[in-house]
Amino acid sequence: MADFLINTAGLSAWLAWTVTAVLAAVLILNVIAGGALVFIWAERKIAGRIQDRLGPTRTGGKFGWLQSLADGIKLLAKEDLMPEGADGMLFRLAPYVSFCASFCAFIALPFAFDFVGQRLNVGVFFVVAVLGLEVFGVILAGYASASKWSLFGAMREAAQVVSYEVPLGMCVVVPVMLAGSMDLVTIAEKQAGWFTSWYLFHDPFTFVIFWVYVTCAVASVNRAPFDLAEAESELVAGFHTEYSGLRWSFFFMAEYGSMFLVSALAAVLFMGGWNGPIPVAGLLGLSEGNGDTANYFTRLLGMANLLGKATVGVLVMMWIRWTLPRLRIDQVMTTCLKYCTPLAAAMFLGAMLWQVALPGGLVPGLGRPAGEVREGWLPGPGGGPRTPAAVAAKVAQVHP
Amino acid sequence: MMAFVSGPTAVIEPLLGLGLALPVAGVNWHTFFFLLFAAVACGFAVAVVAADNVVRMALYLVLSLGATAGLFFLAGAEFVGAMQLMIYVGGTLVLLVFGVMLTAQAPFVSIKGSAGDRVLAGVVGAVLLAVLLQAALSVPAWRRPASGHVGQPAATPIGMALVGVRVDEPDPAAPAKNRRSGYLLPFEIVSVHLLVVLVGAAYLARAKRRKTPRAIEVAASVEPAASVAEHAAIGRDRPRGASVLAGGRS
Repeated sequence: MADFLINTAGLSAWLAWTVTAVLAAVLILNVIAGGALVFIWAERKIAGRIQDRLGPTRTGGKFGWLQSLADGIKLLAKEDLMPEGADGMLFRLAPYVSFCASFCAFIALPFAFDFVGQRLNVGVFFVVAVLGLEVFGVILAGYASASKWSLFGAMREAAQVVSYEVPLGMCVVVPVMLAGSMDLVTIAEKQAGWFTSWYLFHDPFTFVIFWVYVTCAVASVNRAPFDLAEAESELVAGFHTEYSGLRWSFFFMAEYGSMFLVSALAAVLFMGGWNGPIPVAGLLGLSEGNGDTANYFTRLLGMANLLGKATVGVLVMMWIRWTLPRLRIDQVMTTCLKYCTPLAAAMFLGAMLWQVALPGGLVPGLGRPAGEVREGWLPGPGGGPRTPAAVAAKVAQVHP
Repeated sequence: MMAFVSGPTAVIEPLLGLGLALPVAGVNWHTFFFLLFAAVACGFAVAVVAADNVVRMALYLVLSLGATAGLFFLAGAEFVGAMQLMIYVGGTLVLLVFGVMLTAQAPFVSIKGSAGDRVLAGVVGAVLLAVLLQAALSVPAWRRPASGHVGQPAATPIGMALVGVRVDEPDPAAPAKNRRSGYLLPFEIVSVHLLVVLVGAAYLARAKRRKTPRAIEVAASVEPAASVAEHAAIGRDRPRGASVLAGGRS
């Protein structure tokens, strides 16, 4: 993009980079904000249907599709309240902290092969690290509100998120191990082709660990049945009890952003990202190297594919939310420490042993053997011997 | 001051080929962000020391450490940057939770040191800063900015050595016992040592509880509100019927 601006449009480097960065930031912001609008409407409709009612029907025509916009206008017009005893600075800052963390994680999330804010070679790690920071805003909100309901909610959320980071990290490591890279683009590209090459179907262990990931992801974005932090039946509204208006809506944009993010991450890690279930672009004869237009069209298709998968993930989360009752705090901790963590560890070990025992996959030719490409510059299997001398030669070549 | 503004002060830029001309100076974004992150890191580090509320301190610490992570990303050290976010920024979060839980006796408690403490802290800090500055300025390679990547020392050999592969081995063909060893074993020993220290600290810091049933009853009846949050985190610690926190169904 920046190269295009420099070479074709004739901008100087600094302006080209500025335009590129602003454009990427605006697009990502709109994914979060626009996504939140759509998903809030979808949540109301789904909740309605599950509870045997219609949900919004009147605002903006037949399906109430302008309901979120009306909500937004209401929130804008609402009085911005702050409790008298609150710590003003922290109280005002907390929603932005949550939102920023959610936004930052999107920077490293690829939407298609080239459509990524900033391609990091440790993309998975970055996303997981930044996602864990969202809880900081919640804790600040809970503490600064000077309300015991808020503080209880924040403390519950802290305990929950810190606990669930452990199994979540273990689940994320398995696709990293299979792909031999922490780069999200590489991980998704390694699953190119039909759905049989998805890591979800790579072996039985990855199939199980995907569901562990789903559980942990729902818990880590603080959705029901794990929404102890805002348990309205006993904590009024938990950490956002004292918030109203636009500040309150920032927490919700962050929540919906995170839901979308963990769903997209699941799609990239386990379901091929922008690849499969049917390689439409490949069947249409579009592939890399057919010229810029073909490349661009392939990527647009891929982006639609990934967004579709992530949306399905978010819808499943809503389905879970309106179907299952809320867990108790001890049940939440039991789920994490007694079930998810050991299960994730065992599945990790299993996936590792599977790689050793059946490096070519269960049925030869079905799915691609993982782990053949290690860090690009290192000689490895197929690329020459991996002895210290060979590695040293390669390092000397890269870093003279 | 305006080190990040490079080139001639007013460069005419064609904007997207629309014939629109803007008199603007070219900005070196790398320098700009370096100065920005460095200023944020240093400024909030000072704010951590100056603040007297433990949660505000934690917020400033998070901002300062986050800006340091930004510096790492700016230098292209993405793994170190993500590590910084995961370990230091995430760790501060846990520190904050336990700091609030273990120290807060009242809402918004402030920790104010005496004037003597501040002077002492200033002296210690100044001495440490002097030592660090002296050490940093005495490394000849750091005095001028390295140009380009050619000939620049990379972190790769250290990283490889950490996992046991010495790429700087002068004689790779030598028998194994004559070759240089990696840093894997020392690294593991240090981490196990840290784990032992952590377990010991947790043992020393845990609350001492008497085991007689009567003492437990008394404690339950006069329990201060602040420790309820602790029970919420621990979960089953408290009889379910008595707990307002035990959670309900929506």
